Amino acid sequence: MATTHGPTRDVELPNGAGAAALLAAGIGCAALGALTFLGDAFAGLKGLLNFHDPAGPLSGVTTLAIVVWLAAWFLLARKWEGRDLALKGIGIASFALLAIGFALTFPPVTALLQGK
Amino acid sequence: MEMSTRELWTVLHGMGFGALFLLAFTGAMVALVRMSGNGSPGVPDHGDRTMLRVFLIGMALLAWATVLSGTYIVYPWYRAAPPAGTIDLADYPRYLLLSRATTSEWHHFGMEWKEHVAWIAPIAMTMVAYLYAKYGRGLARHRGLRAAALAFLLAAFLSSAVAGAFGAFLNKYAPVRGGVAIPLMKGA
Repeated sequence: MATTHGPTRDVELPNGAGAAALLAAGIGCAALGALTFLGDAFAGLKGLLNFHDPAGPLSGVTTLAIVVWLAAWFLLARKWEGRDLALKGIGIASFALLAIGFALTFPPVTALLQGK
Repeated sequence: MEMSTRELWTVLHGMGFGALFLLAFTGAMVALVRMSGNGSPGVPDHGDRTMLRVFLIGMALLAWATVLSGTYIVYPWYRAAPPAGTIDLADYPRYLLLSRATTSEWHHFGMEWKEHVAWIAPIAMTMVAYLYAKYGRGLARHRGLRAAALAFLLAAFLSSAVAGAFGAFLNKYAPVRGGVAIPLMKGA
């Protein structure tokens, strides 16, 4: 890959827009996990999540997770666009939310939380 | 030699979109890792930046194509319920797996995990592609964002790898079959 050693011509952009995308992705992953768990734990909710019958509750879980992710991204971007933020806390929160997403999509964890 | 429409879609979902995404991972990881800091030898020039931007957006599109084709095309064939009285469950993979104690966990553990965790990939990959499209080589100066991009890229890879591995196993024990036959080659 060719490289550039000289001064950059890019404008230094504030990190707010990136921070919004990062935290929103974490929120989306956590929403995916939470909806997976709730749909599995509560039969009534499982029925409500059946948005598209051939795909079953998976259609509702994933559609709602995407809606939550995009809504969070839109709102956070509006709030943080053009600002420079301390990224450490946002990064930690994003990774924690990502970990929650992974954990709650892992069947042994959801079974454990339901006492199965 | 022939293939059914369902088999073709399953191959396209797993070996087309999914495997291509997994193959692209190392390229993206290396490119982002090389952006180690402002003015470092790893900061790409304009042509490379454009190529990396297209590459990452392409990866995000592959991740979306994988989960959408999986959830809305292949998965309905997997979970279709057999008519009452059906004895041969070969065309009903979910029920075929659940019919035996030796294979039921492939559904309860494998499919249940795969179908959900896979959706982390497009979310994470879209964020990574957005960060690079937005900041370009400026990402090298935003170290926190660059580290986050790397971590989410890894998360996208891991979730896809889990889904891909279980997809391969599930297709071995209970393949999605049926549909219209597509002749590929005539025998001698």
